[in-house]
Amino acid sequence: MASNSSVERKGPLTFQELLFQLQQFWASHGCILQQAYDVEVGAGTMSPETFLRVLGPKPFRVAYAQPSRRPADGRYGQNPNRLFKHTQLQVILKPPPENIQGLYLESLLAIGIDLRQHDVKFEEDNWESPTLGAWGIGWQVMLDGLEITQFTYFQQCGGIDLDPIAGEITYGLERIAAFLQDVDSIYDIVWAREPDTGKEVTYGEVRLAEEMQFSVYNFEKADVGKLWQHFRLYEEECQELLAGARALPEEAGTEARSRLPLLAAFDLCLKCSHLFNLLDARGAISVTERVGVIARIRALAVAVAKAYAAQQMVAAATRA
Amino acid sequence: MPAFLLEIGSEEIPAGMIAAAQTELAQRVEKLLTREWLATEALQVTSYSTPRRLAVLVEDLLPGQPDMQEEIVGPATKVAYKDGVPTPAAIAFAKKSGVEVSALKTIQNAKGEYVSATVHRRGRAAAEVLKDGLAAEIAGIYWPKSMYWRAGKPERFVRPVRWLVALLDQEILPLEFAGVTAGRASCGHRVLHGDVPVVVKTPQEYAQTLAAAYVEVDPAARRERIRKALDKATRQIAGARWREDEALVEIVTNLTEWPSVILGSFEREYLTLPDEILVTVMRGHQKYFALEDSEKKLLPNFLAVLNLEVDEAGAAVIRHGNERVLRARFNDARFFWDVDQKIPLVDRVEMLKSVTFQKDLGSYWDKTERNRAVARQIIDRFDPPLFDSEVKFNTFCAGVDQAALLAKADLTTEMVKEFTELQGVVGGLYARAQRLPDGVARAIHDHYKPASQEDTIPSLPAGSVVALADKISTIVDMFAIGLQPTGSKDPFALRRAGNGVVRILVEDDKLNDGLHLANVYLAAMQNTKAMEDADLRGAIYEFLLDRFEFYLREAAKVNPQVARAVRKAGTTGSDYEVDGRLIAYGKIAGFAKALDAQVGSPNVLAVAELLKRASNILRQAKEKEITYAQSPNEKYFQEDAEISLLEKVYKVDDGIHMMYADRKYSQVIDMIAELKEPLNQFFDSVMVMVEDTQLRDNRLALLARTVSVVRWAADFSELASIEKSVESF
Repeated sequence: MASNSSVERKGPLTFQELLFQLQQFWASHGCILQQAYDVEVGAGTMSPETFLRVLGPKPFRVAYAQPSRRPADGRYGQNPNRLFKHTQLQVILKPPPENIQGLYLESLLAIGIDLRQHDVKFEEDNWESPTLGAWGIGWQVMLDGLEITQFTYFQQCGGIDLDPIAGEITYGLERIAAFLQDVDSIYDIVWAREPDTGKEVTYGEVRLAEEMQFSVYNFEKADVGKLWQHFRLYEEECQELLAGARALPEEAGTEARSRLPLLAAFDLCLKCSHLFNLLDARGAISVTERVGVIARIRALAVAVAKAYAAQQMVAAATRA
Repeated sequence: MPAFLLEIGSEEIPAGMIAAAQTELAQRVEKLLTREWLATEALQVTSYSTPRRLAVLVEDLLPGQPDMQEEIVGPATKVAYKDGVPTPAAIAFAKKSGVEVSALKTIQNAKGEYVSATVHRRGRAAAEVLKDGLAAEIAGIYWPKSMYWRAGKPERFVRPVRWLVALLDQEILPLEFAGVTAGRASCGHRVLHGDVPVVVKTPQEYAQTLAAAYVEVDPAARRERIRKALDKATRQIAGARWREDEALVEIVTNLTEWPSVILGSFEREYLTLPDEILVTVMRGHQKYFALEDSEKKLLPNFLAVLNLEVDEAGAAVIRHGNERVLRARFNDARFFWDVDQKIPLVDRVEMLKSVTFQKDLGSYWDKTERNRAVARQIIDRFDPPLFDSEVKFNTFCAGVDQAALLAKADLTTEMVKEFTELQGVVGGLYARAQRLPDGVARAIHDHYKPASQEDTIPSLPAGSVVALADKISTIVDMFAIGLQPTGSKDPFALRRAGNGVVRILVEDDKLNDGLHLANVYLAAMQNTKAMEDADLRGAIYEFLLDRFEFYLREAAKVNPQVARAVRKAGTTGSDYEVDGRLIAYGKIAGFAKALDAQVGSPNVLAVAELLKRASNILRQAKEKEITYAQSPNEKYFQEDAEISLLEKVYKVDDGIHMMYADRKYSQVIDMIAELKEPLNQFFDSVMVMVEDTQLRDNRLALLARTVSVVRWAADFSELASIEKSVESF
């Protein structure tokens, strides 16, 4: 319970301490710490730090906390367990080290979870995103009956078979914090505690207004006509950039190829994905349309992935 | 005799895949040993599994292959020698076989004279054979879904393989798979034992060594331990029982290496939610067992199976965590329930227009309309009708139509979106909450039934009719767009739907014996293009008959040939038209059981042989394109045997339908067996294929009549050779 007595005794981690600890842990295991990607995404996987970096042969380790927006999951701040925007701590280990499961369990220790006093199970849960042309094999990690992490061995991304594969560990920070602090509502999570006074700032104080206002927007106010307009504009521009990449002659130099703004094309694709989620939350996409729109976004994501992988190959060849 | 152990250490294998893989690994190892001449009569194969390992222990294998002599046949003698001198062919053969040319012999076989060589093969040591052969067996294990994890993608497995133990007695067999070399170091329980390697000294000590590291490797022992722990935890509440759930016991057995059980509780207020929802939340997401009192009423408690052994303090922490999660889940469920009530089922029907059933078949709204029409068609085909009274009939029709209309509406609810396995059930519960008639609510609730072989059929006739309409129209419509099951692929679970149709027809005695399979299928054909397409119609009907045969074999445990013989009972043979004198499927199944009991009797076998002979003659006539009437004309009879056969056929035809209707199946069979004498006489004294075509055709017509009268009950010619197959069982 978040009571006053927690000032003297070393209580459970605050929300921000939880983040610090996990970042610290993964930094100490060779991860680059990145900031959250500043384009709306539905999951940490969609950040280019994951989606693009898992492509190609180059080893890569990164960790970042990604606010993940799912408009349809909003509950106007009324539901203690569901959010429009939750925070995923995303860790990518490419290639996955042999002891990746052991490292993960160590990370739980780092946030104060004594495994001798908790029941941990790795239960089958494979992940698939038709929109991203990506899938992987893995588990949901259950702690005393609570799903706290999604653990995935990426097999394919943007329609491209990965070699080497990447290990992806996604912590649901709100869930873990609520569990550690033993609160029944996410909004009661202690986000920060002033060191001098012990005064607490709760998750609700930081985020409740946002949950409420965005639920209103996502479900009631978002202008369907304009959303579709935005969608088409972003899609068109993304396609133009991709056409430019395709038009580049084979014999074009390394520099010309590395200048291709594929990272920008990917941002445009992410914009489309978010607009799709908004339209979906507005109930503006019929079932028949749905499949078609997903296919359009997937086409963009797959094309960006393909062009990006080719760009990396050229860059790697030049370095060699 | 040596013993051998193989343990494959993996990251957590999906619970549902472990048992099959354990069995397969044991079979593969045993087959390898047999194939490689290393098996003995006394060979003992024991297998183990946990989420993190598959293991097989073999005792009493041979230490090595026996030395062997083998005779290899080479070229023909006339090719091998020219004028007594060995040709290059002979020299090459001798070289290939590793013998001197002078050691070649000549042998005589069916094809002529050949040269041969006697080759001595030195047996290889078991260690060598196993080391070379096992990697391929490990790689060959079937997984419904597998992955690659190493760079260059050299192999696939269900999850990354992290260690291997392979011992032949005390010796390590250093076999390699997935970049891992086998040793004697295993892993214990992740938490209770930690990272210290577990050293296995000998194969026989495997299970006990792992037990000391907090891993019970025998799933049967784990299952037993879990059941006892569930019992023990339940005893904390007087009079309580945990709700038996074999499938769930299996899942938790395969999720744990060192299981224990804790008892948790939840607030009594959640018990206002229906049992089905509470149990689904506990079972599906949390893998908890429900508790009930002596009257089978749910208690506000649950049992969680842990993969851990903890003291009281630890148990308290874990109990608290699990209770917290369950409370949140129940809150969600209650939230869904409340939100869903804001739109009554009847208003949700329109919303089904935006839920796709199948892209070429339209939405669930379309499916609903189709189900309503087919349900009505089914009711109209009852013979005799379900009700004598018009009032009762109209009430029934209205109830069925309302249930069919609302049956799919729960697909739009938050509750079903969250707990898809509760489709139908939620609709029924909501119908009741919305004060719809109880019969309608139950019909909605039951309309997916039976969902499996173990599941019950709908509890009321109205539910059965809606269930039949839903299943049969799905089958017919999927076939019509070419989506029938092929081989092992059945993505729309049409076989299960067909099994459901058959089971309802056989087992629902409240349907009043008025419904034949062909009528249900015709109900779904009405006004579809399938009606005009004879091939399609035939394919669907054969598919349904296959399901019926399957039911007779698997559920009624009837001999496969008997099942085959009654397959088309109540129809007029080769086409799918229904005989006027319907037989209900419950009766056909009853008859099949009686026939199964009597099929070995000499009279039945004799008449089966005779009827088969008759069928053969008719088939040959058909091949010669001879046409004849369906019934003989008595004025062309020449022999007494013809007259007495026809008289008996008339007697059988007059008698068996009534006996069948009265469920006197044994008498039906006895009566058919009475055909033995006149048939024997007929074949002894009458020549069928005579020159005189009028005479010939009349005799064919007599046989045809005989065969078809009997075939109404069963195609006895299918039983002709049954004795042999019974023996070989």
